[in-house]
Amino acid sequence: MLLFVSVSSKAKIKGLEKIDRLFNTYANSSFGMIDPEGIEALCSDLGVDYTDVRILMLAWKLKAEKQGYFTQDEWQTGLKALGVDSLSKLKKALSDLEKEVEKPSNYEDFYTYAFRYCLTEEKQKSVDIESICELLNLVLGVQFRPQIDSLIEYLKVQNDYKVINSDQWINFLRFCKEISFPDLENYDAIQAWPLILDNYVEWMREKHS
Amino acid sequence: MENKAIGLDKGWDYMQKGITKLKRILEGLPEPPFTSEEYMMLYTTIYNMCTQKPPHDHSQQLYDKYREAFEEYISSTVLPSLREKHDEFMLRELAKRWANHKVMVRWLSRFFHYLDRYFIARRSLPTLNEVGLTCFRDLVYQEVHAKVKDAVITLIDRALLKNVLDIFVEIGMGKMDRYEDDFEADMLQDTGAYYSRKASSWIEEDSCPDYMLKAMSHYLHSSSETKLSEKVQNELLVAYANRLLEKEHSGCRPLLRDDKVEDLSRMYRLYCKIPRGLDPVANIFKPHITAEGTALVQQAEDATSNQASSATGVQEQVLIRRTIELHDKYMAYVTDCFQNHTLFHKALKEAFEVFCNKTVTGNSSAELLATFCDNILKKGGSEKLSDEVIEETLEKVVKLLAYISDKDLFAEFYRKKLARRLLFDRSANDDHKRSILTKLKQQCGGQFTSKMEGMVTDLTLARENQANYEDYLRSNSAAHPGIDLTVTVLTTGFWPSYKSFDLNLPAEMVKCVEVFRGFYETKTKHRKLTWIYSLGTCHINGKFEQKIIELIVLTYQAAVLLLFNASDRLSYSEIMAHLNLTHDDLLRLLHSLSCAKYKILSKEPNTKTISHGDYFEFNSKFTDKLRRIKVWEILPLSFREFSPCTFISWNLVYLLLRFQNSDPKFVFREQLILCKTNIGNCRNCFLEDIFYLNFVNSPSKVPLPPVDERKKVVEDVDKDRRYAIDAALVRIMKSRKVLGHQQLVSECVEQLSRMFKPDIKAIKKRMEDLITRDYLERDKENQNMFRYLA
Repeated sequence: MLLFVSVSSKAKIKGLEKIDRLFNTYANSSFGMIDPEGIEALCSDLGVDYTDVRILMLAWKLKAEKQGYFTQDEWQTGLKALGVDSLSKLKKALSDLEKEVEKPSNYEDFYTYAFRYCLTEEKQKSVDIESICELLNLVLGVQFRPQIDSLIEYLKVQNDYKVINSDQWINFLRFCKEISFPDLENYDAIQAWPLILDNYVEWMREKHS
Repeated sequence: MENKAIGLDKGWDYMQKGITKLKRILEGLPEPPFTSEEYMMLYTTIYNMCTQKPPHDHSQQLYDKYREAFEEYISSTVLPSLREKHDEFMLRELAKRWANHKVMVRWLSRFFHYLDRYFIARRSLPTLNEVGLTCFRDLVYQEVHAKVKDAVITLIDRALLKNVLDIFVEIGMGKMDRYEDDFEADMLQDTGAYYSRKASSWIEEDSCPDYMLKAMSHYLHSSSETKLSEKVQNELLVAYANRLLEKEHSGCRPLLRDDKVEDLSRMYRLYCKIPRGLDPVANIFKPHITAEGTALVQQAEDATSNQASSATGVQEQVLIRRTIELHDKYMAYVTDCFQNHTLFHKALKEAFEVFCNKTVTGNSSAELLATFCDNILKKGGSEKLSDEVIEETLEKVVKLLAYISDKDLFAEFYRKKLARRLLFDRSANDDHKRSILTKLKQQCGGQFTSKMEGMVTDLTLARENQANYEDYLRSNSAAHPGIDLTVTVLTTGFWPSYKSFDLNLPAEMVKCVEVFRGFYETKTKHRKLTWIYSLGTCHINGKFEQKIIELIVLTYQAAVLLLFNASDRLSYSEIMAHLNLTHDDLLRLLHSLSCAKYKILSKEPNTKTISHGDYFEFNSKFTDKLRRIKVWEILPLSFREFSPCTFISWNLVYLLLRFQNSDPKFVFREQLILCKTNIGNCRNCFLEDIFYLNFVNSPSKVPLPPVDERKKVVEDVDKDRRYAIDAALVRIMKSRKVLGHQQLVSECVEQLSRMFKPDIKAIKKRMEDLITRDYLERDKENQNMFRYLA
């Protein structure tokens, strides 16, 4: 009953239209979703680097399932949640998004998401060391620079592990948050830390002894 | 005789004379002792005065006068003499006076004895004895006891003290309250102080044993003993415990060192009464044992590195033997000196756990122990011992096994050696074999020994099987392959794995195999037979020009030789093609037949090594003074397998050593008989010990691959451990559903402790794996908790 469409819903529909239009600017018409090329284009329009952490945050906000792709649903939900419907608004929203992610309640969620986002194959459970190092740098690098630099160094030289699973991933964050650095005084290998961190701490202690 | 009644005064006068005489005697004045007449008269006087008819019955008065006699004497003589003296002198005087008093009581009560019999008894009055003592108590004791106590405490000279203390006791007349109330309480407190002073001087001067002797002998009246003991113990033993035990030349450590069994027993007896008193002793006992054990290990290490090659293994065996002796020695201490106290059992156990798990020259203790058992049990082993000694030694070995954490490693090594013994050493004593398995089963559980028991059973079955096979042949004479064949069938899984190469058998042997397979299928259709030719041996008659010589060779060698029945001359490549062996194997085979001691084949060109272009012929000119020879061959050792197929004769070994400047280690191994073919005559084959060389620097005239048996065992055990840890973790989590990390780890360690001590890292790794495989997950809230995912 079109006569009884309320103003707000009209506005909503209109807003949605804008969002959809924005979507179509970047989407690959044959797939019906934004593919990596599209994302790249979006990035350059937004004035951020393809590898910028803010894009990852955007993906998180969109709850994007597949790395490098945004579906229409995801796009709609995400942009609505951000309250934006144009490129310029999106640009501004990105910096707000950073703050939002940094909120303790969101941060862990974002962090876990970042790992999941890298599981590109079906049934994939772990991510290779190379990618993990990059991801760590991207996600935690700013906040925990010295720990991350050291940890990345270790991950690259060790050869016990070629891949990292989600349990190990989540513990990296815990490690940065809980363990004093660089003395690592309060680290106790008897606790349930993953073995890779036990090895890391051993390596660090040897290095500095 | 009607006597006139004796009047009281007169009678008493007479008595008084007697009493005076007695006093003089007591005072030490010159006075002749009482004659029996005098005694009689005194006694009778009393008697008469008591038996006279009233009113001349003076019993009551006499009773009172008896008392008064004491009172008078005490007041006039005894007390003054005590009052004028102090401290030790007073004590001495008191002792003397008391002794005197007792004498006086004794005598006077004899004189007045008649009173006791009737008067006192009738009236239930205190006896003469009691009266006497009471006088002393009331007059003397009451006055002086405080002073005495003080004096006693300051002096505590044993003999004098005993005398004085007896006063306190005897005054109590059977009850101890005088002693306790008046004396003991204060004494205890002050004794503490006293002994503390004494102790500090003794600890300086005395050796530990002497100190302990003094401590034991310094106890006062036995009733105070418990309370006093505590005090004394505390001062003497506890406060100085560490200093005493640590005394350099006479403390606990030197006592252990010098095997001073008695002193150690005394030490135990002293300290066991004190709560926690034994802890310091145990704390010295344990490191002492650990140090001795570690020294033994170090000795073995040093000896092996200095030793020339041939004695490798000997040092390690010596080490095991010495460890057993050490264990016996200290177990004796625990049972004898330390009365089987759990604290010392624990100390012994922990000490042994420390050094029993050290490696010696790269060999784990588990392996050493397995080798040691092997040596005892095998025929021709380095030990030639009686049955009882063997049993005893095995018993002790199994005890030592309890201290080794890698029990599963021991099991693996032992299993391999057992396999060797079972297949070769058929004449060896079955009882020992079974008994050690029983002991191991008791110690470590059925799982430990199941494979080994399987092996033993296999052999029993094999004998039956062979008999059945021979029956089968008799009833099917057409099927007979023309060659005597002995087969031992092993159940896979029980035995170490042996690799089998796809050798192209000579036709004769093929027939044998088929016939046996035919027989075997009549018994069971569900089993597959895999032939291990690398371990078989053959007897072949070589028809040489001079004479026929029986050659005992390995199946591989036989395969090569039999080729020459069909062709006179064969090239390396032809032989290769026929037999389908690897180059390495063939090189060694041909070397053993043409370049070694017995040149059964002649080679062209006649160089010392084999190359791919060589040609071979049957050497009809070969001969030997013996009619039967073993042709040793250097067979390839399949690296990852157990097969001890690399062997070499003594002569060659010696020569090679001379050529080599490197330091070869010898390992003695034995041959396995798996498939035995007897051509012509039926004879039992036996093989002597076969040696193989493990060259550290590889180049050699004869190519020999490295021996990796030990490595393989360790790898297999590691793999088994991974499965065991997985299984344990899953089992625990399945039943607990949710569990904290530390608890999970400790339960896992416990479950596995019978077999080995799992590394915490290994457990963590397995947990990670289980998380990846979705058996477990980490709890979201609590990072230290894990949850079982059904």
